[in-house]
Amino acid sequence: MLNKTGVPDKSLVKSKFPDSKLLLKAKAITECYEEIPCNPCSTSCPFNAISIGEDINKLPVVDFEKCTGCGVCVYSCPGLAIFTVKVKEEKAIYNIPYELLPYPEVGDIWDAVNRQGDIIGDAYITKVKITKKQDRTLLVEVEVDKDLLYEFITIKERV
Amino acid sequence: MRIKEHPILTFPEKEKIWFSYNGENVFGFSGDTIAAALHALGVMTLSHSLEMKRPRGFYCAIGNCASCNMIVDGIPNVRTCVTQLKEGMVVITQTNKGELYDI
Amino acid sequence: MIYKDLVIIGGGPSGLSAAKIAAEAGVSCLIIERDPFLGGQLVKQTHMFFGSKKQYAKTRGIDIAKILIDDCLKYQDLIEIMTDTTVVGLYKDKVITTLHDDTYKKIKAKTIIVATGASEKFLAFENNDLPGVYGAGAVQTLMNVYGVKPADKVIMVGSGNIGLIVSYQLHQAGVNVLKVIEAASNIGGYKVHASKIRRIGIPIETNKTIKRAIGKEKVEKVEIVSLDKNWNIINDSSEIFDVDAVCISVGLSPLGNLLSMIDVKMKFIKELGGLVPIINEYHQTSDDNIYVCGDVSGVEEASSAIVEGYYTGLIAAKNLGKKHKNFQDLSLEFKEQLANLRSGPFGKKTLEGLEIMKEDTNAK
Repeated sequence: MLNKTGVPDKSLVKSKFPDSKLLLKAKAITECYEEIPCNPCSTSCPFNAISIGEDINKLPVVDFEKCTGCGVCVYSCPGLAIFTVKVKEEKAIYNIPYELLPYPEVGDIWDAVNRQGDIIGDAYITKVKITKKQDRTLLVEVEVDKDLLYEFITIKERV
Repeated sequence: MRIKEHPILTFPEKEKIWFSYNGENVFGFSGDTIAAALHALGVMTLSHSLEMKRPRGFYCAIGNCASCNMIVDGIPNVRTCVTQLKEGMVVITQTNKGELYDI
Repeated sequence: MIYKDLVIIGGGPSGLSAAKIAAEAGVSCLIIERDPFLGGQLVKQTHMFFGSKKQYAKTRGIDIAKILIDDCLKYQDLIEIMTDTTVVGLYKDKVITTLHDDTYKKIKAKTIIVATGASEKFLAFENNDLPGVYGAGAVQTLMNVYGVKPADKVIMVGSGNIGLIVSYQLHQAGVNVLKVIEAASNIGGYKVHASKIRRIGIPIETNKTIKRAIGKEKVEKVEIVSLDKNWNIINDSSEIFDVDAVCISVGLSPLGNLLSMIDVKMKFIKELGGLVPIINEYHQTSDDNIYVCGDVSGVEEASSAIVEGYYTGLIAAKNLGKKHKNFQDLSLEFKEQLANLRSGPFGKKTLEGLEIMKEDTNAK
């Protein structure tokens, strides 16, 4: 499926998530399903929570005990394939990479979008972070309904 | 059609460079190649095929395909996609193999 | 006649890397670059690169270009640079003829490294010469180097890394990308690139190809058809779309024309992208003093081009009598990095191609 459409199926996505009880704190979800020579997520993590090893083609593995959800890997991934997520009451709160204009602003309500590019609900923008270290990859904190946990992936400006 | 805003790149204001295209006074910006400046002005046809005179335009952008050959300051077959735009250049669409005139 | 110990033809990532290491070893060299600027294809790459830290992973291509250029500028007394200069002739006696503005020059080198990279392949279809049909790299140049919006509505043909990345960059520049079509049954490039464009609403459709571009003076529409698994067009599968540009991204072909001028042994190896020079493990062609590195020796990624450049500069310097003080370590290091980059599924094709080349080198 992924090889034909570019969209991983739900079971593949779920395989990257930790046990739900670990999601009380933000954790990094590395949607890296294919072996390519790449390892900046592993070398950038300040907590050594992502391991790849000598062979940089191997898929990253997140140690969810060590992961603090800091988000450094989110803007370090050249494929923009990593985000962090935590679940708080009825909301799933994500930290996603974003590289399009216009930039969202705190307080905005944008469209919540799934991996096929379809609109699936509302996305509440709660934080927008850009620092020099992020090198023009924005970090956007977004709140969506908890039921969209495995569907939500990015935001789209509501026109 | 120049890009004003971009999420990764910045396009600072550059100096205007005036040149002539098929007799008309037009401008590009410092750093442009002739072909890029013409494209920004909406000019899509840069040359013509030799036999059937089919319109040809920007294709490879690195000086390999010869679709962008134009007559510049009297010299034919100039690969405009890799030639820097200079003030006062006289650029004409080419429709033949190119002839060298006494300049 | 100008005399130089080492001439590097091509100032892209591979050529720049070769110059840096050669200069570090004490070799005086000249880089000849046809574009007005150094950096090769890196200057258009606004996305973060893959690989490992040693190949500048997570740094944007445009910034990697700056790093490599700065590395060379540190050796101003050893590295001479000629930009806006096209090599128009390469001769067996190692004479290089160049054209800059209206001036021809002749340069005699002891050793030459050809790092001329690769160029985009064409695709044969009706009206493929209409203005509005672009190579995907060309569209990148327009957008990212010159800040010119290439079109309003585009269809991308080819789902290799370039097709996927350029589609994303078109979207970033405010261009509507209708879809990406791919003749094969699977997406050719990295799936992370594919996922990135699917989530922003750009569809990817496999088993489809372009039948013709439609328009009088420029592209106005395209006709797309579906293919069966034997690459035959399926009857009645025609779809017509309004677009004002078609981007062709169907692979790169090594730019080895200069090598053909001097009769070095060449071989058509499709796994490496086309006609490539036969080289030994030291990147020497059938002429010991002519080396190649980067995409001209086999189409890969920029990360490989950089490491190949470092390695070739190292070897060329040694054979010029200037052995780098860390020769042993660096030699092993660069070979290891290349092996690492090529050890995954995407490196398989390159390794197969290199095996085919080895058969020829051994046969010699």
